[in-house]
Amino acid sequence: MNFLDLIWLIPLFPVAGFIINGLFGKRMPKSAVGTIAAGAVLISFIFAVGAVYQLAQLPEHERSHEVVVYEWINAGSAVTTGGQATRFVVNWSFLLDPLSSVMVLVVTGIGFLIHVYSNGYMWEEDGFYRFFAYLNLFMFSMLTLILGSNYLMMFIGWEGVGLCSYLLIGYYFHKKSAGDAAKKAFVVNRVGDWGLATGILLIFATFGSLDYHTVEEVIRAGVASGQYVVSQPIFIGIALALFVGACGKSAQIPLYTWLPDAMEGPTPVSALIHAATMVTAGVYMVARSNWIYQMAPEALAVVAVVGVLTALFAASIGLVQNDIKRVLAYSTVSQLGYMFLALGVGAFAAGVFHLMTHAFFKALLFLGSGSVIHALHHEQDMRKMGALKNKIPITFLTMAIGTLAIAGTPGLAGFFSKDEILWQAFSSEHGHPLLWLIAAIVAGMTSFYMFRLLFMTFYGESRVDHHTEQHIHESPKVMTVPLIVLAVGSVLAGYIGLPKWLGPNLFEHWLEPVFEPVQAVAVSAEEAAHHSVALEVGMAAVSVGIAVIGFLIAYTTYAKKSDRAERVSAQFKGMYQALLNKWYVDELYDALFVHRAKDLGRGLWRFDSRVVDGLVNETAVGTVKSAVGSGWWDRWIVDGLVRFAGGFVKTASWPIRLSETGYTQNYALVMIVGVLVLVGYVLWGTL
Amino acid sequence: MVPIHHYLLLGAALFTIGVVGVLTRRNIMVILMSIELMMNAVNINLIAFSSQLGHVSGQVFAIFVITVAAAEAAVGLGIVIAMFKNKETMNINEIDLMKW
Amino acid sequence: MSVEQVLFYVFGAIAVLSALSVITLKNVVHSAVALAATLLSVAGIFLTLRAEFLAGVQVIVYVGGILVLFIFVIMLISIEKSIVERQFNRQWVVALITALLLIGELGFVVWRGKDSLVVAEGTQPQASVLGVTGNTQLVGETLYGQYLLPFEIASILLLVAIVGSVALAKRKTQAE
Repeated sequence: MNFLDLIWLIPLFPVAGFIINGLFGKRMPKSAVGTIAAGAVLISFIFAVGAVYQLAQLPEHERSHEVVVYEWINAGSAVTTGGQATRFVVNWSFLLDPLSSVMVLVVTGIGFLIHVYSNGYMWEEDGFYRFFAYLNLFMFSMLTLILGSNYLMMFIGWEGVGLCSYLLIGYYFHKKSAGDAAKKAFVVNRVGDWGLATGILLIFATFGSLDYHTVEEVIRAGVASGQYVVSQPIFIGIALALFVGACGKSAQIPLYTWLPDAMEGPTPVSALIHAATMVTAGVYMVARSNWIYQMAPEALAVVAVVGVLTALFAASIGLVQNDIKRVLAYSTVSQLGYMFLALGVGAFAAGVFHLMTHAFFKALLFLGSGSVIHALHHEQDMRKMGALKNKIPITFLTMAIGTLAIAGTPGLAGFFSKDEILWQAFSSEHGHPLLWLIAAIVAGMTSFYMFRLLFMTFYGESRVDHHTEQHIHESPKVMTVPLIVLAVGSVLAGYIGLPKWLGPNLFEHWLEPVFEPVQAVAVSAEEAAHHSVALEVGMAAVSVGIAVIGFLIAYTTYAKKSDRAERVSAQFKGMYQALLNKWYVDELYDALFVHRAKDLGRGLWRFDSRVVDGLVNETAVGTVKSAVGSGWWDRWIVDGLVRFAGGFVKTASWPIRLSETGYTQNYALVMIVGVLVLVGYVLWGTL
Repeated sequence: MVPIHHYLLLGAALFTIGVVGVLTRRNIMVILMSIELMMNAVNINLIAFSSQLGHVSGQVFAIFVITVAAAEAAVGLGIVIAMFKNKETMNINEIDLMKW
Repeated sequence: MSVEQVLFYVFGAIAVLSALSVITLKNVVHSAVALAATLLSVAGIFLTLRAEFLAGVQVIVYVGGILVLFIFVIMLISIEKSIVERQFNRQWVVALITALLLIGELGFVVWRGKDSLVVAEGTQPQASVLGVTGNTQLVGETLYGQYLLPFEIASILLLVAIVGSVALAKRKTQAE
């Protein structure tokens, strides 16, 4: 089978699952619903693997396969701002190249595992079929986002995943907090979508096309002919507008606040949408638009600074949270910040690499936390956990692997990707030692809060209440097997992207065609020497050392019986409160935007009740008065006219009405007379 | 060899007889039969021309006319049964539902 | 007169006379029998035109199918009442005059144009085209070749008619 030409089918399998489950799921047995949903994603995964395998067989520079399904929009001619005539034509087409192949494998592979896991986790929930229908719809949207070959297709997928995210965060819609969180996610994402839409419009207006390849070619040609130069304002504008979109979807400062609240959704949703796939859409989009960002180093700097600040900010909040899923949520925000840091220093491949490894271990951690929550009957507060190590051993082991991976233990996935980012932050031409320093500190914080989570949950004394404790049980196989698979992935995924001093970086090499520099960069001898192996190894050692410090602090504080946590939090009471309350950002946003919007609404309401209603009431009184007068006029003059007209027609029409007898044969006779007249008329002409 | 206009005159005669039946009879069964007569008249013309011109299309058209006649008879008789069940009559001039 | 001509005039006379009986007889059953006679004689006329297949179709479909359907329906409903009733409606005089005018016009048209209807010698049909042997084959080839799509549409028409007549006949009456 030629899977490459069948990539347009990959998003269609989940949509079939969505239709079946959405329409008939209510009447189908749960096992059938779950099997259909997971099966649809599995078929997509198989097709994706086949297509990527065949893509890899092609010569390096031909690894870009576009399938046009049909011409979708053809809206006529237009003129770009550069004065070039073009046409607004958008195809419904799909593109498989090294970047989208990485994404499609991650999304379908991890998506499949999470579908399987959900079969166990969601079994007891109401609306089982609804959950899987949404989940499949999400897979469709996400795959459209990734595989689309132009910005409009991406935008469709982008909005689609936003919708599914909203639906799934609000899955427990009878809970007010879930409904609020869903609305918050939706509204905050709208802000980002505004940026993305602006960016897309600017792209069309500037380059005359929305097609990735065409845009890239136009930029390359423009650079070659000198029409476009680095730092041209239009590039900075487009790059920043797109980045606003990325901030919304990928939860970066200042639009990150929806993601922690999104944890109101079921845990598999947090794993799939709010950790592994959807939130990385922003990273994907920036990486996809790398030729634009390469032309706008100023925008890249903004991306890097926002990324590293988000990483630091979210990690600091994550240090003190007590809800197991919230820790992971802030960790996700922080890791997304890492990815943007990588993108911002121009190391697109490193960002995508971290995206992939992060998808493995963060999905693993979320699913593991789901398994813990499942075992404890929906207890999420880590202060009511502890000493679960032996009661749920598989969950513990897999989560420990996930924690080691995210903390950057040498040999596990997180180490390679994080180390690559740190090194690039330091050594890349867009990098800066300060960026490296902050990122390294964040690595230590990551290590601390993750081990804190692990120790509070699995070690120490049991703080589980007595009743729940008797019912603690390991999750069923359908949940633990995906955990084990993801744990294996978290260990091995890093080895395809080894640092230079250890071996070839296969991953970076694979992505090279996509991230080809717009301008040929001459690698000078000086720069080559800059790649000092000793320096890179040394920095890796430093980052590992920082992680170990974080681990040690967490170990001595939470694994041993110690009152240090209380002492420290009492000593830095203000700081602790600020962190616990997430730096009061939600309150700030409430004060700045939400309350102002409410005030505006209240003001409008007041205006409405006094001025508008007053006017309406006055009008009503006037109307009544004038109505009496017009009533008379109406009755005698208008009605009189109408009655006269009606009576006239009625009287005048009776001879005509007589012809409408209702007898079929009368009508038939008239038809025959008509034939007679017509034939006679023709004959008359020939006489 | 019969001249073709004899066939056409025969067709015209049958057609007119059918028209008279449709226009004058009260019994709906006879009206349906008269419609069949008219269709037959058309078929005679079609086949006469087909024979005259040495072209087989006229015969194929006649087959389509027969198809339509069969369909019309089926639906018409269905209407007759429905009408008889509802109105207890076969007389078309007792049905004036189309009256203004 | 050749056999062909004799047959045409005999069948034509039977067709016209029995058609007149169809529209004049009081008893519907008699009308149906007269219609059968008309249809059979029209089939005979088809034979004189060397349309053997159509003649067969006429006998099988019309007489064997449609007419039997008519007789079934006649048996389902009572005919006693309708025999003693008035047979013609009130517009029969007007209708008759119109019909006479119509046949006059049609006859005039045919009579006036009869010379233009004669096909020149040499363009007469070949025996092989409409010959005794190949008629059915020729009709079949044309029907399933050139006219395949109309043929399919006609079959759909029949299906619709079947469904429609069943729906009409099965419908509950107001009394039920």
